[in-house]
Order: sequence, then structure tokens, then C-alpha cells
Amino acid sequence: MRQFLQNAGAARRSLVMLFLFLYPLTAFAHQRGGEAIGFASGFEHPISGLDHILAMVAVGMWGAQLGAPAIWALPVVFPMVMALGGMMGLMGIKLPGIELCIALSAVALGFAVFREARPKLWIAAIIVGVFAIAHGHAHGTELPLGASGVLYSIGFVIATGLLHALGIGIGLAHRWPTGRIALRFAGAIVAMGGVFFLWKAISGEPV
Amino acid sequence: MNTGFGPFYDGLTHLFVTPEDLLPVIALALLAGLRGPRFGRAVLFALPVAWLAGSAVGLLLAPQVTLPVAETIVTIALGALLAVDCPLPIAAVGGLAILLGLLHGSLNGSELPKTNASGQISATGVAVALFVVVSLLAGQAASVRVPRARVAVRVAGSWIVAIGLLMLGWAMRVPG
Repeated sequence: MRQFLQNAGAARRSLVMLFLFLYPLTAFAHQRGGEAIGFASGFEHPISGLDHILAMVAVGMWGAQLGAPAIWALPVVFPMVMALGGMMGLMGIKLPGIELCIALSAVALGFAVFREARPKLWIAAIIVGVFAIAHGHAHGTELPLGASGVLYSIGFVIATGLLHALGIGIGLAHRWPTGRIALRFAGAIVAMGGVFFLWKAISGEPV
Repeated sequence: MNTGFGPFYDGLTHLFVTPEDLLPVIALALLAGLRGPRFGRAVLFALPVAWLAGSAVGLLLAPQVTLPVAETIVTIALGALLAVDCPLPIAAVGGLAILLGLLHGSLNGSELPKTNASGQISATGVAVALFVVVSLLAGQAASVRVPRARVAVRVAGSWIVAIGLLMLGWAMRVPG
């Protein structure tokens, strides 16, 4: 047992060393045009808009509320479909009503958390997927010129995943009676935030 | 990559500062690790050898070539296989390692200096780096017993797919 723990500890230390070795990617990668800012700007993009943050945290919260397998299925579906939307945005494929859909996502996901909605997994995945397309498309069309595609994408996906992880972390409060009420309250706040962004999107004000 | 320590260390470092090469390697190593130690050992030896062979081909034959779309599609495919925890047989996993090694190795090799032995030494450095990365990641994934940790490894696969899709969009980007 001690041998096993020592081996596991050594493996973890090795992984930490590997991570530290990888970390300077942000600063010392091949110095092609704009690459050094790629990771930072990609990481910053999903956390730069409150409408995106609300929706992504709500996905994690809803997944945690639904329990296994949704707790990991929804946060897996969202980044992949969002990346698909981002790809469409990058390729110049136009989609109508993106801002409305983003605002609606916070309303719908917040409401789902508030109501403790329990649809079938495939229905929840479709709901999350549709909204993910809108979020991804918005990000894809806003990507800055000159940044590194790969590093930008890595930063972007990691930030999105961390927002979901934050949502899951908050959503785990669902296990306790008081936490369950607090989670529903958090869902209501997300939905109200979504209503605010929806109103701004309908009135044509910049979000 | 120029570390200032010579071609071997340039090659060794190359993998860690080239996410286009590193991402599919991470996906394949984790996929092999999830399938078990035998699969991990197969990739551990097949991938560096195939990469070296591909580098030799690139060094000897090819002019400088870049295939961003093909590289990205391979990355997406490996990430997707990891995300769904695809129960591939050992021959298929080994075959994927050989294909990945030959593709990326030949593309790497075509960019290496051809004037003296530094290209070969650099390619050896890349192969050593691959050995280290695969042994660490496949070993760690093979030791995963808790179901949630296994899910976390699969989530890493979905992230690789997402990164790959964005890279693909980037490769086919429409300016404006």
C-alpha cells in the first residue's frame, strides 16, 4: 500500500512538473504573429461577458441538479457544440437572432435551475446544445485578428470548462436541503439576469 | 524552437511548445491508458518509433509541407474516441499511434534542417519527449479506478474535440 501511495505521489509530482513545463506556452511559444497573446485573449473571451458567464455557470448548476449522467454530459456537450458554433462563426456562416438566443439561454437555464426541471437527458442536451451554438457563434465572429488559433482555442475551451466546473461546484449544494433552496434562488438570479439581457437585446442596446 | 542547448533539446522542447502536435498525442495517450496498461505500452513504443520513421521520410523526401486541416481532423477524431471511451482493440490503438506518428513525424521532418545531422538529432529529441509524455499520461490514465476520474479523462477528450473544432474553423476562417 505504501509502495502504491509512493508511486501515485511520484506520478502526480511528474504531472505537476509536466504542467509547469507546458505552462510557459503562453509566453514562449513559437513567436509567430500574435501567438503570444493567443492563450490569454482566448481565456479572457468567455469570461468577458456576463451573459455568457451566467449561461455557462447555469449549465453546470443544472447538470449538478440533474445528477449523473447529466452532471458530466451537459458540460461535455456544451463546449463541443459551442466550438461547432464558433467554427461556423469563423467560417462566416450567418445565423439570425444570436444575441436574443444568448439572452434567452440565461433565462431558460436559470428558470430550469429555479424550477428544478428534470427533462430526459437527450432533451436537456438538445436545449443546452442549441444555446451553445449561439454562444459559440457569437465568440467565433468576435475573434480578434492576428491571434494564434490554437492557443486561443485552448484558452477559450479551458475558460468555458472552468465556468462549467464552477457551476457544478455551486450545484453540488443541491445535496443539502438549505443548499437546494439556495440553488433555486441562484437559478432565479440567473433567469433575472437573462431577462435584463433579453430586454437589452430586444431594444437593440449593446450588451 | 531554438533553446540554445543544441538540436536534441530543441527537439525535446518542440513537442511542449507546439500544441498542434501535443494535443493529439495527449488524446492518444489518455485513450490508450483508459483501455489498459497493454494498450499504453503499445502506444509508448509505436508512437515514437513511427514519429521517428515519419521524420526520416520528411527529412529525406518532402519539401516543407503543412496540412493544418488534416492535422486538426486527426486531433478531433482522437479527442472524440477518448470522449466516448471507444472500446478499440489493441491493434487499432497501435495503428492509430503509427498513423499519428507517421503523419506528424513527416510534417515535422519536412521542417527540420537538412544541411547536417542536427535534423536527425532534433527528431530524436522529439521521440524522447513523446516517450515521456505518453508514459506519464497513459500510466496515470491506466491507474484510474474511480469512475469519476475516468469521466474527467473523457471530459478532457471533449475539450480536445472542442479545441480541434475551433482550430478547424480557424484554418477555414473567413476574414472580416
